[in-house]
Amino acid sequence: MKINWFKYAAPMTFYSLAGRLIPLFWIAAIVLTTVGLYWGFFKTPDTIGNGMKEYYRIIFVHVASAWMAMWLYGVMVFWALIGVIFNTRLSYMLASATSITGTVMTIIALISGAIWGKTSWGTWWDWDPKLTTFLILLFVYVGYIALQSAIDDTRRSDKASALLALVGLAIVPIIYYAVNCPDPNQCASLHQESSLKRVESNILIAMLVTTLGFWMYSFATILMRTRNIILERERKTSWVSNLPEVKS
Amino acid sequence: MKPRNKRIIFVLLALLSVGGASALIGKAMKGNLNYLYAPEEVLAGKVPKDQVFRLGGLVKKGSLQRSKTSMEARFIVMDNRGNEITVVTDKILPDLFQEEKSQVSRGKMNAEGVFVAEEVLAKHDSEYMPKELKEVLAKEHTPPTKTGDKL
Repeated sequence: MKINWFKYAAPMTFYSLAGRLIPLFWIAAIVLTTVGLYWGFFKTPDTIGNGMKEYYRIIFVHVASAWMAMWLYGVMVFWALIGVIFNTRLSYMLASATSITGTVMTIIALISGAIWGKTSWGTWWDWDPKLTTFLILLFVYVGYIALQSAIDDTRRSDKASALLALVGLAIVPIIYYAVNCPDPNQCASLHQESSLKRVESNILIAMLVTTLGFWMYSFATILMRTRNIILERERKTSWVSNLPEVKS
Repeated sequence: MKPRNKRIIFVLLALLSVGGASALIGKAMKGNLNYLYAPEEVLAGKVPKDQVFRLGGLVKKGSLQRSKTSMEARFIVMDNRGNEITVVTDKILPDLFQEEKSQVSRGKMNAEGVFVAEEVLAKHDSEYMPKELKEVLAKEHTPPTKTGDKL
């Protein structure tokens, strides 16, 4: 049997498919985030080896959002490049929808990191390599959104912002290597290295389940936003004007 | 060549150059990013005089002294090659600040060779396990290399 992968690339079919999937992703997001945070807040040790007290538990929000912020950037570039190669309108719409959720995740990671930094390091912000590169990621996301809305012609704005997204991809590995380089003396920073080697199993479970929850939330919001973009861009077509939610 | 194949080659080349750019920036960052200086570099005169910089290193065991009459605190920052610098500050020390742990302080050297800090930050490692478990693991295995304390 040959599967027609391009069937769902048509905005009309995708619109109804996304409509059926969104409630499932919302349920998964709520269940996983609740379980993950419950596990993180009530099943983990109160104090940990590096001297931190209960406040370290913001890690579950911080790590999940930071991972999603970087992951969604990759997803956004992927859809933008698929759009460049195959000229599929839907891919650009997905990239555009992903950029907003990615920006939200970046802001959550920066704010939760600032709160955690104030309690553990003693400062809200410091121009440390990891923090600085992560702030640049926020600027790249915002730049993508700004460029997209600055050009009126949809086809041109899609292509231009796809290129910006591609160039901005350079920052993602640097965020990781800013603290995780082979010789620690060469990349001294305030932020601890990103390593899961010495993490207690309950903390690890809570971290991974919360991340899955945030991921499902991302799916739900990206699909919802894609549906809005489809309606906006296809508003002159007959299938949109025949939709029950548009007619009424 | 079909236009689509052209675009695929364009995207692959672009990805390759972005990867190259990322690797080069990462390489350049390691050499030039003087986020902080170790006591060794400061004593060797690598930091220009009267310049505000960050001093990183471990707080020496038994070196922390707090003044009874003021906010002033003194401690010694050292690296693992035995170089030491005395730090004096009248700012609040963070909750995680402890002897034998890493710290990063920002300030400048005074005429007596003492580092006057305007801000003292505590640095911690990524060891997220309870103390008891850590001790058990330390008995079972040889302790893992202290990557969190980078200096």
